Amino acid sequence: MTTQIIRSEWTKIRSVASTVWTLSLALVVTVALGMLVSALTRHGFENMREQDRLSFDPTYISFAGMGLGQLAMIVFGVLVVTNEYSTGMIRTSLAAVPQRGVFLASKVAVATALALVVGMVTSFLAFFLGQALLGSLGTSLGEEGVLRAVIGGGLYMALIAMFSMGIAAMLRSPMLSLGILMPFFFLISGILGAVPATKKFGQFLPDQAGSRIMQVVIPAGDDTPYGPWGGLGIMALWVIAALAGGYLLLRKRDA
Amino acid sequence: MIELEGLTKRYGDKLAVDNLTFTVRPGTVTGFLGPNGAGKSTTMRMILGLDHPTAGSVRIDGRRYQELKDPLTYIGALLDAKAVHGGRSAYNHLLCLAQSNGIPARRVDEVLDIVGLTPVARKKAKNFSLGMSQRLGIAAALLGDPRILMFDEPVNGLDPEGIQWIRSLMKSLAAQGRTVFVSSHLMSEMALTADHLVVIGQGRLLADMSMADFIAQNSQCRVRIRTPERERMLDVLHTAGITAVEKDGGLLEVEGSRAERIGELAAEHRIVLHELSSQQSSLEEAFMQLTAGSVEYHAHTGQAQQTGGTGPAVVPAQPVAADTKKES
Repeated sequence: MTTQIIRSEWTKIRSVASTVWTLSLALVVTVALGMLVSALTRHGFENMREQDRLSFDPTYISFAGMGLGQLAMIVFGVLVVTNEYSTGMIRTSLAAVPQRGVFLASKVAVATALALVVGMVTSFLAFFLGQALLGSLGTSLGEEGVLRAVIGGGLYMALIAMFSMGIAAMLRSPMLSLGILMPFFFLISGILGAVPATKKFGQFLPDQAGSRIMQVVIPAGDDTPYGPWGGLGIMALWVIAALAGGYLLLRKRDA
Repeated sequence: MIELEGLTKRYGDKLAVDNLTFTVRPGTVTGFLGPNGAGKSTTMRMILGLDHPTAGSVRIDGRRYQELKDPLTYIGALLDAKAVHGGRSAYNHLLCLAQSNGIPARRVDEVLDIVGLTPVARKKAKNFSLGMSQRLGIAAALLGDPRILMFDEPVNGLDPEGIQWIRSLMKSLAAQGRTVFVSSHLMSEMALTADHLVVIGQGRLLADMSMADFIAQNSQCRVRIRTPERERMLDVLHTAGITAVEKDGGLLEVEGSRAERIGELAAEHRIVLHELSSQQSSLEEAFMQLTAGSVEYHAHTGQAQQTGGTGPAVVPAQPVAADTKKES
């Protein structure tokens, strides 16, 4: 039965235009911005402070576009879920699949699989093109921790999409979901993570913790209490919490 | 077969659906009638397991909706024609529904053909007119070839040709032995399609009877008599045991459909008649009378206030010939 529902969700996701434009935007923005920053870094490396040169992380530099590109991933995750509500399709969908847990799980599974494929392609493309532009400053997949960081970039994008789906399942409205998620990930999380007073808390936010996996060189004096996989684990806990909240509300509410 | 047992839905302190118990049987078109806001759509959503009842239960062929494997093959419903993702084509909309219930893809082509949407199957649903959307919704309901079909206000906003098509479709589905449950707020529409009638007002069951019984019980007949010899006519009627009521303008009115008998009496006593006519309140009036106490939004005009106090009391059952037609 679940196979049927997964096929149905695949038909849904491939038959709307928003899937194509959000995912291609995520890829193009992440890769292009990463290339731009890599090229600029190569030219500005001579003028960099000694301290910065020591903690220079060519892998992380090529992922510089991730902060902006993830916003398109958020839009993808939000629209996959809220499309059902804003059109009223949810009633038709739940009449066809009354097992709401199976319905949500199938939807999230299909969208996550797609986000993971696009995320991996994006991450590898951003890495290779970024390294090419960094030239002699670049690194390679064979270096320690680099492959983990590049695969981690793809995982990070998929998790961001999943987290957005969970939030959207709770809020149901696309405007409300985007209005909360976009500023949060683009501004607030970064500020909380940078200001000393809130840093202790900010580093446990999903994107702050999750993006740790894309770092290969740890800056001197960094006292983050978790490693790359620990950070990704923290992000995964956020994702589980968001999806569990979405499921509980979906089960409880009238459609 | 759809069975409702004490079905109740409460929003805050408002009872939208109040202890509904009735059964929708196969082989007939059952009309679900009530004024706007009577709780028809809420009831239908609860039948489909979309809204959770506060109390009571619904059984579809003896089972709870959640227990149905591939529910679209048991019951197909059209609730809201516009509840479709506008960016998806009609074909893909139906395909994703078919796949979720293990219905083969060729059935999508079949139902598109049945509702006449084959030429626009690949067009995006947002460009559809209301009539086309309604047809798409009906195609979705027919997808699983279900034994039970449920339509919420299917003729709303349709052109005469579309209305005609839906009426005959519902009748043919019932003729195939299927259960057809269709809601409307228009008595006249129900009179043309339904064999059985369930009437609700403010969430409460007001009537559950065959269309023929409803007509017989609720369309009251009167005979109107106009004569220059009023006093003599009254005497004659009184002697014959017929009670007449004097109305304004020298009119006499007799309850019931006894025009022939009264005409014979007048002829026998050589009384001149200027008018002898059977009057019949329309079904629409009967429906308004029945639901008058339970209409949520009253227009405060003279008519509404007059009927406002009568409440959903039992309409006096007059002995009326069973073959009475709607218009006299």
